[in-house]
Amino acid sequence: MKINRTGHPAFSRLLFCVALLSLGAAAFAQSGGELRFCLRSEPKTFDPLLVDDDSSLSIRYLTGGVLVRLNRHTQELEPELAESWKVSRDGKQITFKLRSGVAFSDGSPFSSEDVAFTMKRLMEPALHSSTGDAFRSGSGAVTAKIVAPDQIAITFPAPIAGLDRLFDQVAIMSAHSAKKEGAVLGPFMVAEYKAGSTLLLRRNPNYWKRDSQGRRLPYLDSIRLDIQSNRDVEMLRFKRGELDLINVIDSDYFDRLASSSPGLAHDAGASLDSDFMWFNQVASAPIPEYKRAWFRSRNFRRAISEAINRDDLSRVVFNGHAQPAAGPVSPANKFWFNSNLKAQPYRPDAALELLRADGFHLQNGALFDKAGNAVEFSIVTNAGGKPRERMAVMVQEDLSKLGINVNVVTLDFPSLIERISQKFNYEAAMLGFRNVDLDPNGQMNIWLSSAENHAWNPQQKSPDTAWEAEIDRLMRAQASAADPKKRKESFDRVQEIVAEQAPFIYLVNQNALSAVSSAVQGADPGILSPQTFWNADRITLNPTTRASR
Amino acid sequence: MNQVRKLACVVVLVVCAMSAAANWLAPAGYAKQFREAPDAPPSRQHLLGTDEVGRDRFARVLYGTRISLLLAPAAALVSTALAALVGGLAGYLGGFWLRLARGFTDLFLSLPWLFLLITVRALLPLNVSPLTSVLITFLILGLLGWAASARVLSTSADALRNSDFILQARASGLHGPRLFLIHVLPNLKPVLYAQFWISIPVFILSEANLGILGLGVAEPLPSWGSLLRELEGLISFREEPWRLVPLLLLIVVMTSFQLLLSNEEVTA
Repeated sequence: MKINRTGHPAFSRLLFCVALLSLGAAAFAQSGGELRFCLRSEPKTFDPLLVDDDSSLSIRYLTGGVLVRLNRHTQELEPELAESWKVSRDGKQITFKLRSGVAFSDGSPFSSEDVAFTMKRLMEPALHSSTGDAFRSGSGAVTAKIVAPDQIAITFPAPIAGLDRLFDQVAIMSAHSAKKEGAVLGPFMVAEYKAGSTLLLRRNPNYWKRDSQGRRLPYLDSIRLDIQSNRDVEMLRFKRGELDLINVIDSDYFDRLASSSPGLAHDAGASLDSDFMWFNQVASAPIPEYKRAWFRSRNFRRAISEAINRDDLSRVVFNGHAQPAAGPVSPANKFWFNSNLKAQPYRPDAALELLRADGFHLQNGALFDKAGNAVEFSIVTNAGGKPRERMAVMVQEDLSKLGINVNVVTLDFPSLIERISQKFNYEAAMLGFRNVDLDPNGQMNIWLSSAENHAWNPQQKSPDTAWEAEIDRLMRAQASAADPKKRKESFDRVQEIVAEQAPFIYLVNQNALSAVSSAVQGADPGILSPQTFWNADRITLNPTTRASR
Repeated sequence: MNQVRKLACVVVLVVCAMSAAANWLAPAGYAKQFREAPDAPPSRQHLLGTDEVGRDRFARVLYGTRISLLLAPAAALVSTALAALVGGLAGYLGGFWLRLARGFTDLFLSLPWLFLLITVRALLPLNVSPLTSVLITFLILGLLGWAASARVLSTSADALRNSDFILQARASGLHGPRLFLIHVLPNLKPVLYAQFWISIPVFILSEANLGILGLGVAEPLPSWGSLLRELEGLISFREEPWRLVPLLLLIVVMTSFQLLLSNEEVTA
């Protein structure tokens, strides 16, 4: 009898099967590869309840599990860890029915206890959580009542408008895990962090979501986030194929990329961000009284607004990757945008008529007020922001056609903020508003006359003008109404008043520009943050790239 | 006059003449925005193309050269004069005065300039015309940029103080300001020239950086510094080589001045 050196034939077949299975398992484990992109600053925290910077926000999005998720494409709320939810008629209570059989990344089970723990910690005053601030509706405690292991009712002392949407920002933490924020419910978990250099996120083996074929998500094995503040370096690395995504790029880089590699540059249309300017109307500001009178005049502000050529700003400064702004809400915000409002057209003649109505007159090409003061003011803006500096120069040129002398002053950001929010030692300012929240409640700190960010005249004890009082009333009305239609009516009127009174002169809404490598499959860049990786659990890399990493 | 020096002289004269004649040579004012042609490549209408907001780059280079060639040397003159006064005198006097001057310059060099400049900006009014802003900028540079040069000059003057010819002059009865002006200062001339010429490009670049603090040349006035800021973010020079013209002009003019200087030094 001949002895097979490798053993029994059946054993060999078994070994072969095991080897095949191992290969299959290995292939499955390596199915998505490693996605690479940059964070532009060091994340300030890994605690999901303390997040208030962009980098930490990205990490929370990729690692945190939430009860409901705002679909960045449809702008509709979708169930995540909560299968369903219901907001009470008075807007004070929300009840969640939770998904069962879900576990944190460390294996500890997920239940309503974790939601109660998260809400309790979120609302602790000592934590100073900006996410928690959005839930503070009135005096009194927030209570989370565990109805069942898979059901919880959270009650607030006063109604909160758009309550369910706020839970998109609340990453649930484990009540029992010793790993604290290291135990996550999102698609990825933090595996390695080298301060100032790299952050490695690995696939969460216990992530609950599966695709339509029943395959466990996410597809990717890992995400490598390099901390890189220099945008030139980021673009060079992207072009060399070392990075797969750039979440936000400016129009100059976009055009260069679009000309060299058209398929990689993505313009998703107008974003929620807006650029605007305003005049200092603070009564105690150290500016001449006659200038304060100009700035407080509706006609003067409207004239300045009409004399600015927004089409040129969009075309020249942003190479066409921006839209003239109509008001405080971008048309990208599908529900809340007041579609009756149109961007202010360029009408220098009409602007001059408005100025004449206020007693201004032209003399040898220069504009003077009725007291004979030459019309001259400075616009402060942040140094280093090239698009904004260019916009200021173009506004300077536009206003010079009305005989107005504008001095453009660029300041470092801390000095600028000190001037516009503490010392009020400025005449006009130009800045941008980066809006991440669709709901107008996120803008309460801008529109209420008592608010700190009511930039043109903040922290008023009582509204200085009738129209500001009306805005106060409408913003409070929309915040306390549960019916979305009534809320929209109120906020539409706020947008109309802002357009009529021009306390902020809105200039442009920049487009959401991003870059996605051809190696990435399944990415669908949108306008809402995070633009390129909002569906990170369904993104994968092509086989060539996977093999090379 | 050798050929290289002649060439340098011609370059400097041509650049100065062209900047002086900017009003006639430039196809448009430095602030005029051709908004239908932003970032345009060179053409018959715009010899060096246009900048990001459509301003003629050739016009801006001519006017910017005029401003920088007038004011950067003026600032360098102020700083070198201060350096000569503090460093030269301290080195000549030696002993306590030299130690005091070196301590003072070391202290001055160690000051956190960023915060100091932010304070200066806070003290200045926002509403100043572009021309005033450029004067303020170069005055600040001149008044603050003397310390490093003073340190170099104090060392040179200290070495001269102990040299044989100074001892001989002293032995002949010459001393005080007369000795300083007749024998010490002329022998410091090469160092003074070197410090002066080194300061000019440093001040031009500093002016560009001061823009970040709101202290630079205000828009729409051009300067070499603001023109050099256009190069920020330029990934490939091959795509738009004409954008390098301000940088090349700076290099050519500075080199020409150096060549002229080196010959003067030899003759001195």
